[in-house]
Amino acid sequence: MSDLSVRPWRHAANDMSLDEGDEKLSARQARRPLETARTRLFVAGAIFTLCFVILGGRLVQLSLLGGGQNQERAAEHQGGLLTLQRADIVDRNGALLATNLPSHSLYVNPSQVLDAVEAADKITRILPELSRDKVLRKASATGQFAWIKRNLTPDQHYAINRLGLPGFSFEREERRVYPHGSLFVHTLGFAGIDNAGLAGLEAARDDDLKQIAKTPDGKMVTALDSRVQHIVHAELSAAMATFKAKGAAGIVMDVHSGEVLALSSLPDFNPYELDSSIADQRFNRATLGVYELGSTFKAFTTAMALEYGVVDINDRYDATKPLKVARFTIRDDHPQNRWLDVPEIFVHSSNIGAAQMARDVGAERQKDFLARLGMLSPLPFELAENGKPLSPRHWREINTMTIGYGHGIAVTPLHLISGFATLVNGGMRTTPTLLRRPVTQTGERVIARETSDAMRMLMRMVVEQGTGKQAEAEGYLVGGKTGTAEKATVGGYKKDALITTFVGAFPMDAPRYAVLVMLDEPHGNDATHGLAAAGWNAAPVFGRIVSQIAPMLGVMPLLPSGEEQQQDQTQRLLVRADGKGRNFASF
Amino acid sequence: MTSFSRTDPSILGRWWWTLDRSALLVLTLLFAVGAILTVAASPGAAERIGLEPFHFVRHQFVFMAPAMLIMLAVSLLSPRGVRRLATLVFAAGLALVVATHFAGVEIKGASRWLSLAGFTFQPSEFVKPCFAVVAAWMFAEYRESENFPGRAIASVLLLIVVALLLMQPDFGMAVTVTAVWFVQFFLAGLSLWWVGLAAVLTLGAVTAAYSIFPHVANRIDLFIDPSSGDSYQVSTSLKAFQQGGLLGRGPGEGIVKGYLPDAHTDFIFAVAAEEFGMLAALAIVGLFFFIVLRGLTRVVREADLFVLLAVAGLLTQFGLQALINMGVTVQLLPAKGMTLPFVSYGGSSLVASALGMGMVLALTRSGYRDKSSAK
Repeated sequence: MSDLSVRPWRHAANDMSLDEGDEKLSARQARRPLETARTRLFVAGAIFTLCFVILGGRLVQLSLLGGGQNQERAAEHQGGLLTLQRADIVDRNGALLATNLPSHSLYVNPSQVLDAVEAADKITRILPELSRDKVLRKASATGQFAWIKRNLTPDQHYAINRLGLPGFSFEREERRVYPHGSLFVHTLGFAGIDNAGLAGLEAARDDDLKQIAKTPDGKMVTALDSRVQHIVHAELSAAMATFKAKGAAGIVMDVHSGEVLALSSLPDFNPYELDSSIADQRFNRATLGVYELGSTFKAFTTAMALEYGVVDINDRYDATKPLKVARFTIRDDHPQNRWLDVPEIFVHSSNIGAAQMARDVGAERQKDFLARLGMLSPLPFELAENGKPLSPRHWREINTMTIGYGHGIAVTPLHLISGFATLVNGGMRTTPTLLRRPVTQTGERVIARETSDAMRMLMRMVVEQGTGKQAEAEGYLVGGKTGTAEKATVGGYKKDALITTFVGAFPMDAPRYAVLVMLDEPHGNDATHGLAAAGWNAAPVFGRIVSQIAPMLGVMPLLPSGEEQQQDQTQRLLVRADGKGRNFASF
Repeated sequence: MTSFSRTDPSILGRWWWTLDRSALLVLTLLFAVGAILTVAASPGAAERIGLEPFHFVRHQFVFMAPAMLIMLAVSLLSPRGVRRLATLVFAAGLALVVATHFAGVEIKGASRWLSLAGFTFQPSEFVKPCFAVVAAWMFAEYRESENFPGRAIASVLLLIVVALLLMQPDFGMAVTVTAVWFVQFFLAGLSLWWVGLAAVLTLGAVTAAYSIFPHVANRIDLFIDPSSGDSYQVSTSLKAFQQGGLLGRGPGEGIVKGYLPDAHTDFIFAVAAEEFGMLAALAIVGLFFFIVLRGLTRVVREADLFVLLAVAGLLTQFGLQALINMGVTVQLLPAKGMTLPFVSYGGSSLVASALGMGMVLALTRSGYRDKSSAK
């Protein structure tokens, strides 16, 4: 073993690992480097162990946890591909009502086209709906750009791309798709070729839809229920055919939240075939059209009179003969020719009685009451098509009296059903909405609970004993009011052009949903003995709709064998309405 | 083999009973893993570049038996024999590395290969383990012989090797060789002052490399911000790990090997993870870890400083290469072409790894003393 202390040629600085003390302890010198090496070997082993453990940990992270950051990056990347210009619209159950699909549009840069004739021939063979001359003109024009066809199908895109025609290129676009076709066209509306909302919710909430589209998985949730919508649409279509009506409208609304579950206006149109639709198809009868809705307004008159204490439920009016006011004569459609009390006026739909009741309330209070029900101004509904009600500028006594039975004021069907929802839900103002809204968000009180209770009772009686018998949906305790109004034209009313309406709610012991059915110019047939009044057409449609949607909406029917039980229900209803226990069912 | 008695005085008998048999077993397993993964990963790569599918497989299998034999033969050597062999191969390898600059085959922008009898081989792969042994010798001799400038010689040799490697350029191998040299120096008693200084210098070197070599800068930029450029291989590799999950897609069911350019070489570990799953990948990591730790624990008791330094150097090189290769595939490290010893495709790498591990086996034989080598 060498003596390390004698190393004359080595500079001390070269040997910094050995301090001066070591130089003297030659006995330990042989062991010392080994000791150091062994100690340091542990350090090296520890570092290696650490590195291998980190590597193992990373493996677990990558394989089992998906690698954290990188997967997020991957997701972002994917999200980038799928970012669309407009958000999806879904119904209350998440069913897709409108979405955007990527598509390709064909354009031509004429300066690059080699053989315009050949190109026009080949393209019109794949797209036969195009005019060959038009394509030829576009392909041989001067300029840099002309659309040939927007939003090709993948098949067309492939076939045209395969032609390999110079100058013809594709632009990636997006196409708005409505999987239900025309079913929701009067609520959703539609978006145009450049993805701008042009009608309905698409137009009214255009900015929202574009904003929501930027959030991951963002979609607009509507209050609509596609199952209910389908039934309303189908029943209205059938009714239009049966009664040879010009048009129809139907609405289903949650009476507490004001959420619109279904809204249809017929005739409607396919949003993809906008160009071939006519104005009547594009006209929304449910929200844009304003109509004199006739006797249905007697519900408001009755509620108003009870609310202001102008009449007691037992008060009676003279309906023995037509009522002459100034130069007008008010007649009854179902004349009883006797004195009628308030429930009788409502159940038999007496114009004479309702007019007198309205007169007793007075113009100012009537106006105020209708305003609080929302009947005098456009609704804040989430559509581009919201009709403005028509009401008299000078609200004279005769106006008060005719408005008492629904003439001289025109509102949209949506106004009417919202008012009815208010009457039956306990008296809180219902504002319709197409979007989800929590029930807790109730409006202001319009009528007292007692008045609302009385109205529920009266509406039930209309179905049990009055003009709305055909609206019955067995087991669901429906109630409502018929309305048959002659259409106003210049200089008077058209006798044979009717607007018939049935509006009501169910179940009447604790109403949950209001339903409105309106037919535009229905005609009588053999089954109706040639009659065209609301009780013969709108009412049965109402009944059919309720009996189909109630099970879907979780409304429990009364037991089929429960004749007695139903009696009990009505009894309870009536007792509550009267407050004194008088049984109105004896009328 | 069990026919050898513990007292068998023959060379083979002595060899068997003194050998680290579990390390030999694990190394044999690594050979098997390499064979399986080459079959799994290389047909896709071969087809992609227009070769017949089993080109790489056959090529690799040709080298497997010789490599195994080399490993076993070298493990028979005494420490002195190892030292002599390493010195010879080191000298020859260095000469051949010089030759690559004149007669080299350029592949992917670097001239690291020599063409020999139809095979291309990479002399620097052989320089790597041999330099570790030579450096160990120098460091040990510095401690044990009077007036011997071991440290200076080791340092000068390092400078020569690194210079030659950077000229190819082979930045990765230069770093590996330097790191191994440094670990040996550290074990041989380098003052902690110098260790600190080396850390600072390393940082400086990395910065310098970043600013001098554009491809190094590119790789590091990509590691820090993968979206700054094309990190296709690494991101594809990560996908392999994610898709493999716990148990993998199953043998032959891998997808990324079809479009990962270096699936059979630098990214073979990703193929393993995709087809055989996380557990298999962890097992492979475990094999490498076992060899490194097993060797280090064995030489802790070693009385011969040369043996200790040589084994530590060889294992550091082996472990570091495995860590860097696998670290790159899981994006723990910037992309760096580094083969996975025994597993990646490449004849030179396989034979050189076998040579290195053969020397480790030889040097870690227990209770076996070649007295002559200590002095």
